[in-house]
Amino acid sequence: MKKLSARRRHPLAALVVLLLALACTGGLYAAFAPASKAQADETAQSLAIEEGKKLYAVGCASCHGTGGQGSSDGPSLVGVGAAAVDFQVGTGRMPAATSQGAQVPKKKVIYTQAQIDQLAAYIASLGAGPTVPTEAEYGPEGADIAKGGDLFRTNCAQCHNFTGKGGALTNGKYAPDLEDVDPKHIYEAMQTGPQNMPSFPDTTLSEQNKKDIIAYLHAVNSDETVNPGGLELGGLGPVSEGLFAWIFGLGALIAVAVWVAARTAKAKKS
Amino acid sequence: MSTTETTESRERGKAPAGERIADWADGRLGIYSLAKANMRKIFPDHWSFMLGEVCLYSFLIIILTGVYLTLFFHPSMNEVEYHGSYVPLQGQLMSEAFSSTLHISFDVRGGLLIRQIHHWAALIFLAGMFVHMMRVFFTGAFRKPREINWLFGFLLFVLGMFTGFTGYSLPDDLLSGTGVRFTQGAILSMPIVGTYISMFLFGGEFPGHDFVARFYSIHILLLPGIMLGLVVGHLILVFYHKHTQFAGPGKSNKNVVGMPLLPVYMAKAGGFFFLVFGVIAVISAITQINPVWAIGPYRPDQVSTGAQPDWYMGFAEGLIRFMPGWEINLWGHTLVLGVFIPLVLFGVVLAALAAYPFIESWITGDKREHHILDRPRNAPTRTALGVAWVTMYMITLVGGGNDLWATHFHLSINSITWFVRIFFFVGPVIAYILTKRICLGLQRRDRDKVLHGRETGTIKRLPHGEFIEIHEPLSQEQLHTLTAHEQYEPAAIGATVDENGVERKVKGSEKLRAKISDAYFGEDQQIPKPSVEEYKEITSGHGHH
Amino acid sequence: MSSQDIPEENVPAERDAHEGAHGAVSVADEKNPFADPGLPPHEHRIQDIDERAAKRSERAVAFLFTVSMLATVGFIASYVTIPADRSIFVFPIGHLSALNFALGLTLGTALFTIGAGAVHWARTLMSDVEVADDRHPIAAPPEVRAKVHADFKAGATESAIGRRKLIRNTMFGALTLVPLSGVVLLRDLGPLPEDKLRHTLWAKGKLLVNMNTDEPLRPSDVAVGSLTFCKPEGLEEHDEDFQNEIAKAALMIVRLQPDDIKDKQELEWSHEGIVAYSKICTHVGCPISLYEQQTHHVLCPCHQSTFDLSDGAKVIFGPAGHALPQLRIGVNDEGYLEALGDFEEPVGPAFWERG
Repeated sequence: MKKLSARRRHPLAALVVLLLALACTGGLYAAFAPASKAQADETAQSLAIEEGKKLYAVGCASCHGTGGQGSSDGPSLVGVGAAAVDFQVGTGRMPAATSQGAQVPKKKVIYTQAQIDQLAAYIASLGAGPTVPTEAEYGPEGADIAKGGDLFRTNCAQCHNFTGKGGALTNGKYAPDLEDVDPKHIYEAMQTGPQNMPSFPDTTLSEQNKKDIIAYLHAVNSDETVNPGGLELGGLGPVSEGLFAWIFGLGALIAVAVWVAARTAKAKKS
Repeated sequence: MSTTETTESRERGKAPAGERIADWADGRLGIYSLAKANMRKIFPDHWSFMLGEVCLYSFLIIILTGVYLTLFFHPSMNEVEYHGSYVPLQGQLMSEAFSSTLHISFDVRGGLLIRQIHHWAALIFLAGMFVHMMRVFFTGAFRKPREINWLFGFLLFVLGMFTGFTGYSLPDDLLSGTGVRFTQGAILSMPIVGTYISMFLFGGEFPGHDFVARFYSIHILLLPGIMLGLVVGHLILVFYHKHTQFAGPGKSNKNVVGMPLLPVYMAKAGGFFFLVFGVIAVISAITQINPVWAIGPYRPDQVSTGAQPDWYMGFAEGLIRFMPGWEINLWGHTLVLGVFIPLVLFGVVLAALAAYPFIESWITGDKREHHILDRPRNAPTRTALGVAWVTMYMITLVGGGNDLWATHFHLSINSITWFVRIFFFVGPVIAYILTKRICLGLQRRDRDKVLHGRETGTIKRLPHGEFIEIHEPLSQEQLHTLTAHEQYEPAAIGATVDENGVERKVKGSEKLRAKISDAYFGEDQQIPKPSVEEYKEITSGHGHH
Repeated sequence: MSSQDIPEENVPAERDAHEGAHGAVSVADEKNPFADPGLPPHEHRIQDIDERAAKRSERAVAFLFTVSMLATVGFIASYVTIPADRSIFVFPIGHLSALNFALGLTLGTALFTIGAGAVHWARTLMSDVEVADDRHPIAAPPEVRAKVHADFKAGATESAIGRRKLIRNTMFGALTLVPLSGVVLLRDLGPLPEDKLRHTLWAKGKLLVNMNTDEPLRPSDVAVGSLTFCKPEGLEEHDEDFQNEIAKAALMIVRLQPDDIKDKQELEWSHEGIVAYSKICTHVGCPISLYEQQTHHVLCPCHQSTFDLSDGAKVIFGPAGHALPQLRIGVNDEGYLEALGDFEEPVGPAFWERG
């Protein structure tokens, strides 16, 4: 099982590459990183807020109001923080389709990360709220996977299933599958409680707790997860196992039985 | 010992070793008399007759792999800290039962394979029993003299469910623990005795420290012991009654047509064991089942969505999920109908299955032995009742998995629950009506085939311009097969006046029986099979095609 | 059946001698065109008449048995050489244990080919002549029946069980009573229920300890829309009775806007909109906690009972029979959330004595 711990480093590498790419695109990331770096360049930040305001007016204001105060079509965004914007827009949930079902689904992201950061900067300027986490916060460094598993089963599994495969809520709502969701987005979701998900603020679920949970999820629900027994069957438990046993297990055995009991071909009559 | 060797050595005048051993054993066990009756026993060939073998073999596989698992499993609820090779659980507190299951899965070479074979074989065993029972039901193989064997089979199915459930609970993982919690809640709902049974079963409050050890002895000793006895009894009766067969040329109620046990069925049935084992082993090589490590150890304050029992308990799960939350509080006592009614229904629905052969024989009043199987269409009411039962069962299964249907088909869990609430009652009625109509349609088609021959698809133009399809008369084999079944007359209430002119009272049960019998066999409940006279009239009428 | 290609008039005549002896056989005649024509004549398989075909079958069977032997060798080789913790990627299955995969496939092959060989042998080389066997009635003939009845009566009379009623009755009494010992012995399976299901560890002054951080909670820690789980102060995971206690004491903490709370008692028992409910479903005891922060509904993942946390946790859907019990909470001198007593009603599933 040494491999598991070795593999932790793998996504980190990918993230570093991603971050470098972001830095190259706009050099904007640093501007919105948490407090310690925030003193960086005030002009860059106000520029971002300006840009974000423009994007907001076009893409968001029709539902959330011109100043983010909310309307009958969308909640107020004052005080939701940059983290909420980064999650909602970064996973494609926002902007939502005009006719929504029970819940706004994950979609194709239509803004670039730079634009999302500008939007986030604007919303954050409306009222203080959770900031976008840094890689140091959600990265695998120093995480306790086993503790994360315990926390996940206490706080998350009831909606998202043992290994984060998702599950049903009332009246068509659902908790989504967490496979290969960006760790940053998982962190933000816990902080901000998007849609019907309750929030798990740092005061009740510490930063270290969140890090542990993310590391656990990566270990058990990513494309690198080892399922020693073979096909995972969706990781849904006895329902998919039962269907498999009936269709493929009993199905194969009945096919064999048909062969065993069938008459052997007769010689052609001459 | 091969036969060629035997004959050769006999020529040399000295009995071969095998024969001498057999003689020795016969002198002590009388095996020759046993072999005389059974060695060349005839078994008919039909794939559906092998469903029982699927069950028998998966049962044997379960016993073999189960014994292996007991060598490594610790049925203890002592809390230990895990330090095995599965990283995401290291340092976690868990019961010894759970940690030894992890040990089997990760550290015993081949342990995971055996665990998976054991569990897959269990699911297939129960699925096999279900289908086998349905085969027996829909072909009427449960009729005299096989009613007791039906009960044996029924008991095996029910005990199999509970053996499966207790086994599923042993690893003490979060999923099975949730199932055990549900069981405890259901026990608590029983009026008067509920709390006592719960305390006695769990050795105190839930979960306590005892249930794994107790379930273990139930799972590996008590239930399989009874089941083994029933399996042996079931098989002895199959041998004793001789297998049923479908109607056909040369097959009658007085014979059984097929191939001898030695050698053909020895090879086919023996070979089938290996085929079943092989298929299950391959499934276990590539398909994961019950990954307890991903599920985590049981804690009564933790849970996962999508908590389901194994499929054979899904029926109970469905009943409990669609039940409204009724609860009556009176005189300081609580009647938990929301849980207790499903518990009772569970028993009633299964008992209906067990009782059916006796109900049907009461309705038909038929005391004869039946060895020729019915085609389901020729017993339309029975078939329709069976399909209605299966429909109800399947609807509760849908109800038991409502959360997964909701997420995977983007439906509302509440709508599915309402659907199940309604179709639990409506579904079987629709299924009954549809099935009966289909059966009668098929009976009509058989009748037409007998009287008018098979449609050949060849169109002929007659001299005066009319187009007709050529019907080819059936062979005598086909005629016989399609007309071999018997049709009952509805039972009439016997004479109400005896020979002395004294009026007797007609009992209620007699009236009821006449009524049900009319629903089974009355007018329009079955299509009269063609009579010889009808056939002759038609065939002589427009003679040769 | 392949009876179509047999000329009909031949059927009864061609029957094998030993088959002819069985069954009600009648030739189709003017009287009954539906009569049983008897077993169709045996037709040869290609293996029966062509020795080359039979040889091919023989080689196929031997090949299958050989594959089985090789697979068993493969099984042992895999067992010895593949480490238990090695994982491989197999398309389309994914990452899986190399050992399980290799052992399962080799074992499966070894078994399957034995079966396939045996069945192929039976199907192509063993005789496929259908044989009819007579059935005999299951019930004994009348004379046997009479003899058994007579023997039984003789035995019963000799035992005098019918005449000496005192013996009979006391024997039945003894046999009825003796299993009672077995029942009595079950008494110590567990304690009596008493009022065990009515009490939890919660008591006045017990702090609400956050399950995640193991720290007591302050009201300011609990944000509106958040979800937190608590255990009573003093209960540790290593405790002997942790599982039993947490099964009753598990607590779910959410914070609502006080205006959103519809139930008067709920508001009274809350602290600044913070409400504490039992995490144990009142249906059959699953830990219920699928909290939807916008609707304030909480759903049970086991049987979908739905409770409205803004309205006294009343049941609004599903099979649960009564609301989730609420724990009355307040704040102690140091500013931590504390219980103001135990639950006022039993937590978890209902039972007969609950009342």
